[in-house]
Formats: sequence, C-alpha cells, structure tokens
Amino acid sequence: MFALTPLEIEALHLSLLVSGWAVAGSLPFGIACAWILARCEFYGKTLFDGLIHLPLVLPPVVVGYFLLVLLGRRGPVGAWLYDWFGITLAFTWKGAAIASAVISFPLMVRAIRLSLEGVDRGLEQAARTLGCGPLRTFFTVTLPLVAPGVLTGVILGFARSLSEFGATITFVSNIPGETRTLPIALYALTQVPGGDEAAMRLCAISVVVAFAALLTAEILARRVQARLRS
Amino acid sequence: MLELSIHRRQGCFNVDVDLAAGGGVTALYGPSGSGKTSVISMVAGLSRPDFGRIKVEDRVLFDSEAKIDVPPEKRRLGYVFQEARLFPHLDVRANLTFGMNRVPHAERHLSLGDVVEVLGIGGLLARRPAGLSGGEKQRVAIGRALLASPRILLMDEPLAALDPGRKAELLPFIARMAQRFALPILYVSHAMDEVLRLADTLVLMDNGHVAAAGPAEEILSRADLRHLTGHGEAGAVIQARVAYHDDNHGITGLSFAGGTLLAGRIDVAPGTLVRLRIHARDVVLATEAPTHVSVRNVLAGRVVSVTPGPGHIVDVMLDCNGAVIWSQITSLAQAHLRLTEGMRAFALLKAVTVAREDIADRS
Repeated sequence: MFALTPLEIEALHLSLLVSGWAVAGSLPFGIACAWILARCEFYGKTLFDGLIHLPLVLPPVVVGYFLLVLLGRRGPVGAWLYDWFGITLAFTWKGAAIASAVISFPLMVRAIRLSLEGVDRGLEQAARTLGCGPLRTFFTVTLPLVAPGVLTGVILGFARSLSEFGATITFVSNIPGETRTLPIALYALTQVPGGDEAAMRLCAISVVVAFAALLTAEILARRVQARLRS
Repeated sequence: MLELSIHRRQGCFNVDVDLAAGGGVTALYGPSGSGKTSVISMVAGLSRPDFGRIKVEDRVLFDSEAKIDVPPEKRRLGYVFQEARLFPHLDVRANLTFGMNRVPHAERHLSLGDVVEVLGIGGLLARRPAGLSGGEKQRVAIGRALLASPRILLMDEPLAALDPGRKAELLPFIARMAQRFALPILYVSHAMDEVLRLADTLVLMDNGHVAAAGPAEEILSRADLRHLTGHGEAGAVIQARVAYHDDNHGITGLSFAGGTLLAGRIDVAPGTLVRLRIHARDVVLATEAPTHVSVRNVLAGRVVSVTPGPGHIVDVMLDCNGAVIWSQITSLAQAHLRLTEGMRAFALLKAVTVAREDIADRS
C-alpha cells in the first residue's frame, strides 16, 4: 500500500530535482536583486521592482509561453544557447527548473529583501572600521544576519517550485521521465478514466513533501533565531 | 598625531573644524548637536567632508584637493560607538578577533590576552552579545576596536547609553586602557565627569566649530569659556596628589601648589595624582584670615581679576601660590568687601563640598 510505484518515484524524484535546482540556481540572483531593492536608489527602481514581481501576478501560462518563445530551440536566446553550447532547455527538466525558478523568484526576493531592510546598518559600519571591505562585510556580517530571511525565501521558493504547473507544462510539456513532475503527473492521471486512486496517492505524496519542507524550514529558522538571541 | 581641517554642510548646519590632537586623550566636548559625532565619523571615513584634509600620523586619509579618500577599512582607526554594535551572530571571542584577523601578524601591537585582562572580559569569551549587560557590551566593543591595532582610537560617547552605575564601573577601564596601551584617543562626550577624568587635551565644540582647545585644566578654568563648560560647573581644575588619609575623621589630604586641601575620604592610594575640580560657587572669600570657623580649607592668595558675570554675580580669580582658584560671589558681597585686583584674600572651602565625583584618579 505504502510502497511507491516506479511512476510515483519518477515523478517525486523529478519534482525534487527540478525544485532543488530552481532554488539553488536562482538564490544568488535572488539575494542580489533583494540587495539592490533594499539598498539602492536609482532611476527606474519601481520598474525594476515591478518586473521582478511580474511572475507573481501573471498567469503562469503566460510566463511559460514567454519562456517558450524566448528559450525555445528557435527563440532568440534558445537558438544562441543551442548553437554555441548545445544546450536545449525546452522540453527538458532543466527547462522545468528555469520555469519554476522564474515563477518562485518574486517570493524569494520579497523574503530576503524584508530581512535585509531590517539589518542594522551600524553593524556594517562597525565591520568597515574593523578592516572589512564592502564585499567581506556583506559576507561576514550582512549575510549571516539575514540568514533567517534567506531561509524563508529558499523554503517559499522551493514550495512554490514543487507546486509549479502552468508555466512548466506550457514551456516543457508533459514528458514522462523528463518533465513529468508531481503536479503534472497528477493532472495527467485525472485526464484518463480510472486514474482516481493513483491520483489520490500522488495527492498524498504532494502533501507529505510540502509539509516536510515547511517543517524543516520552521525548525531551521528557530535554530538560527536562537543563535542570534542567546 | 591627528590633524584635521574639515568642512561639511549638513542641511542648514555647518561643521567647520580645524584641529590638531597630540597623544593621550583628546576630548571633544560640547552640547548635543554641536557636531562632535560628525567630526569623528568623518575621521573614520563613515561620512565624507565636502572639502578639507584629514591626517593621522604621517598618513593622509582624506584630501579633497589631492582627491584622496581612503575607505574606512583601510584607515586603521578604532571606532567605539555609543551603542556597542557587537555582531549578534558571533560570540564575544569572535567579536574581539573580528578586526584582529584582518591585521597582518607583524602589525598587531596588542595581544588578545592583554586586552582581555585590562578590560576584565575573560569570563565572557564564550557568550553571545545578546546576553551581556550594557557595560560588558561596551567593554567588548572597546576590546574589539583595540585588537584591530588602530593608530588612534575614536570613542563616540561610549558611556552615554549606560546608567550611572555602569558608567562608574566602565570609566576606570577606559582610563586604564588609555594609559596601558598608550594609544591616542579622540573622545567625544557631553559629560563633564568623563572629561575631567579622562581628558589631557580638551576641545570645546560649539555649533559646528571649535570654540577653544588646549590642556584640559587650562580650558576648564577659563572664565570666558563658562558658557560652554557650564556655569554650574564653573570653577578651577587643579592637579593634586593624595597626601594622607585620616580614617578617624573620614578625611583625605590632597597636596597641591597652593597648600594642602582636605576633602572627604576617597579610595585612592597616597601618592596618587588626582585631578580636582573646585566649584566656584562653593568657594567663600574673606579679606582676613578667619578664626573659629568650621571651614577646614583656608587658602591664602591674591586677587587676580574681578569680573562681573550675569545676574549680579561676580567671578573672582584668586592666585594661591601659583594655583588658580575661582570664586563666585554676589555683587553685594564684592561691594562690602571692596574686593579689587591685587588684594590679599583667603579662599574658604568646606571639606564636604569637595565631592568624590569632583576628584578624578589621573595616575
């Protein structure tokens, strides 16, 4: 009853792989964008902010289609990637990771930005007077202080990636073993007669995975907070 | 040691400071908003003067004409902030060594052990800043700045955020640290007791400008600067040495140029050099040596100047064998005694009015 079928294992593995890479790949950019939004004042900042938040308010299908046009084998960026590096993104799990990353990016940036805005700039000044340049100050003082925010951002991004459906199916379609993640497999099962029981099982797996992610986040966040307080 | 000539406009407020500070403790004293913190933050490189020049030892840190602006991390100046600003994610030891680790071994002139011992923070090393008291935090912050082997230590009202008890506890540490490590210190303060205790050189700041600068005793004794040093605080500041203690009567004898002064018992070993403030409002004048009075201190001297001050108060300066004593009397008293320059007079001072907080250990 509780043994996973090969199809379920495949979908679960793909989901974790895609979400993991989506978060890992977008984290440095997420931190950079959060820093720019929290610390810099420049002309067009509102536009930049809006651009980052766009995937949050657009229908995921729009994002997926846009990615397909841009990164497809014949798209302006996709063709270049294929010609020079032999990289194909459309209809591969890498493409699914990119779709998830784009969709979850605003959530990640928001969490990190909030945390950055709460950092006492005086501590950074202190680090400067103690011989740390701006970059070292960032890595030794700022980043450890925003660790709880980064963690929240990572978990939010990971959870959003796990549940990603619209952009993924539009950009990389539903290919077993390549792009058929948990939500896509579930959707596919609901489209065939007699797939109800299998669909329920996938639902249960999704709930467990999502819950485990949230719980891990909570425990880690508490630990980090405790470190800063006592 | 430190040469400053800086100008900065902050809103409608101008900071215009020319200053040369030597070794020892240079106190930047003035009311809040007089530009003290702006000066120290420009020296540290945390804010930039509009134009001017900053030189520490032989190194130019800022020169608007030569387009030199050394970033704060390369200035090698220790900065102790009003709030300790310890790194909450690091324990005390890691906080202390934070700056030290950025200094090449050959250039480290203080060891962790020495600093920990002088500041008495040995028991705190494994703790986190969040669990420390205000005084402990500030000691760790001082240690952290010292261990970065700075050329000069900048202290921005390090005691202002502490309650009187903590402050009294920390002052001796700062005094001891200044002597032990022979580091030039630029000390910003608006508290006279700190200045009295620590300052070798005193720089009076007023509205963004330097109103006066010089040896602390001289500046604090000058009548023309009372509007800055405080009328209530007016008086003479003299150097004295603890001569003896009389435990039967709870008295300490202090010898100075003008003779021996009796004060309430203080806990300082005989032979110790102290700095003593004699409030002008506590000094009674007599033109003849009084007999049968309770006053224990009768100092013979000569009237040097008689200056009418605000509110029918007359400032009288007395020279007691080379030591200057100030007295504030009413214009009525002056008229009755017919006090004029050159007259012989006696300064009378009750031993109980020489309070403990007016005597600062300077050994």
